[in-house]
Amino acid sequence: MSDFFEFFTRFLPDLLKGASMTLLLTAEGLAAGFVLGLLATLTRSYGNKFWRGVAIGYIELFRGTPLLVQLFLIYYGLPGLGITLSRELSAFLALGLNSGAYQAEYLRGSILAIGDNQMMAGRSIGMSKWKTIWHVILPQALRLAIPAWSNEPVSLLKSTGVVFLIAIPELMAKAKSIAAKTYDPIGSYIAVAIIYLAMVYLLDAMLKWLERASRIPGFEMEGRKA
Amino acid sequence: MTDSILEARKLTKIYGSNVIFKDIDLKVAEGETIVIIGPSGTGKSTLLRCMNLLTKADNGQIFLDGKEITAPDYNEDQVRQQIGMVFQNFLLFNHLTALDNVMIGLTKVKKLPKEQAREKAMEELKRVGLADRADHYPGQLSGGQQQRVGIARALAMDPRVMLFDEPTSALDPELIGEVLGVMEKLARDRMTMLVVTHEMGFAREVADRIVFMEKGHIVEEGSPDDLFYHPKHDRTREFLWKITELYGKKEKEAGGNP
Ligand SMILES: Nc1ncnc2c1ncn2[C@@H]1O[C@H](COP(=O)(O)OP(=O)(O)O)[C@@H](O)[C@H]1O
Ligand SMILES: [Mg+2]
Repeated sequence: MSDFFEFFTRFLPDLLKGASMTLLLTAEGLAAGFVLGLLATLTRSYGNKFWRGVAIGYIELFRGTPLLVQLFLIYYGLPGLGITLSRELSAFLALGLNSGAYQAEYLRGSILAIGDNQMMAGRSIGMSKWKTIWHVILPQALRLAIPAWSNEPVSLLKSTGVVFLIAIPELMAKAKSIAAKTYDPIGSYIAVAIIYLAMVYLLDAMLKWLERASRIPGFEMEGRKA
Repeated sequence: MTDSILEARKLTKIYGSNVIFKDIDLKVAEGETIVIIGPSGTGKSTLLRCMNLLTKADNGQIFLDGKEITAPDYNEDQVRQQIGMVFQNFLLFNHLTALDNVMIGLTKVKKLPKEQAREKAMEELKRVGLADRADHYPGQLSGGQQQRVGIARALAMDPRVMLFDEPTSALDPELIGEVLGVMEKLARDRMTMLVVTHEMGFAREVADRIVFMEKGHIVEEGSPDDLFYHPKHDRTREFLWKITELYGKKEKEAGGNP
């Protein structure tokens, strides 16, 4: 046990460097995915037939294939089409596109729950369709989506591990190199597991805070009823 | 052309192969309160939604102040500012306080400065007796209070006409009175109103004209006295008899319950 403690503290600075890369990838992927997911789900719900098809195609494609395949296609596949991207950009794109597809689905449920009724109410006072979406539908749908959406940051954080396969120096990559250096894969992966756990714990606390801070008296009840 | 504020000519609505109503003619004069009654599924809600263009009619025309609002490329959002609507299920914006519900149309549609909008919204809340609930969210209000906020939200746009679609039928009996009270006051102030309701007391006291609709047709229309005491059609008599019976019973139940 004290051996492990010594091991852990010795490699902690290195591991934390990896962890901060992991957090950065998670934050970037989550932000890009949020924008993409929002666009995709709004297009799917309110766009014309063509764009609706595009949105559905995107969502199905990225939810229906493994993240690793998406990452390899972007990093190793796109150069075949004359598009060569850096490792970092490839990782960012893969995580953002993948997360966007999932976030679109989380949002879609709550947009359906808010429903045509709130659209009708908005239009009835002379708001345009997009104004109603912006001022009426989204503020409610985003709040309603938080509990289901809360899975995404944690799930994405854990998924970032795959990008070590294109040699991004994140937490998993650090674990692998420490394991190779010390011939102690068990200690190395236990150390990494502890750091993942700590990050997930932190994320969960932030999400709980977000849920509380965005709460509106009587809203959950009303939202579900509609 | 005419002195009517709102007029439907030969209005027809079809869902799929289902003709909801056909060739409806209806004129609403300035300051008039018209009550529409009729069995459920007759197309009353659909008719109201067509009148403010929330639903597109398949045929016929609608005129607001003599201008055809069903003309292609007419600005629908502009039209809806002038035709307020109150819904059976209130449909308040649940993420906004009562005040913000009333204000949002003023700031986002009419583009009033915030202070001016707030002042006007407070006035409208006062008008429906809810100034002291301004900072409550819909989830914190009773059904009757929510519906009064709904009325204030529509009134804030200074509409030419108000449409009410069964504004009290989702309410517990003891809350109906406060909403009807607000509507009565509006009618006395000569607001032009088109009201779908089964509150026969309100129809008799407040309506200038009652329209009886059935299966997508206007069967009969006339003054409350005409319809209640000298109906031309047996169907009108039967329906009024049935609905009055029902309504009377509900009223008694409400009285019997503490
Ligand atoms: N969006 C819709 N699509 C298809 N049918 C509809 C739709 N809205 C209403 N209807 C049908 O139109 C008929 C009239 O409905 P409605 O206008 O709500 O009647 P009322 O308000 O008099 O009870 C009903 O048969 C209803 O099923
Ligand atoms: Mg109806």
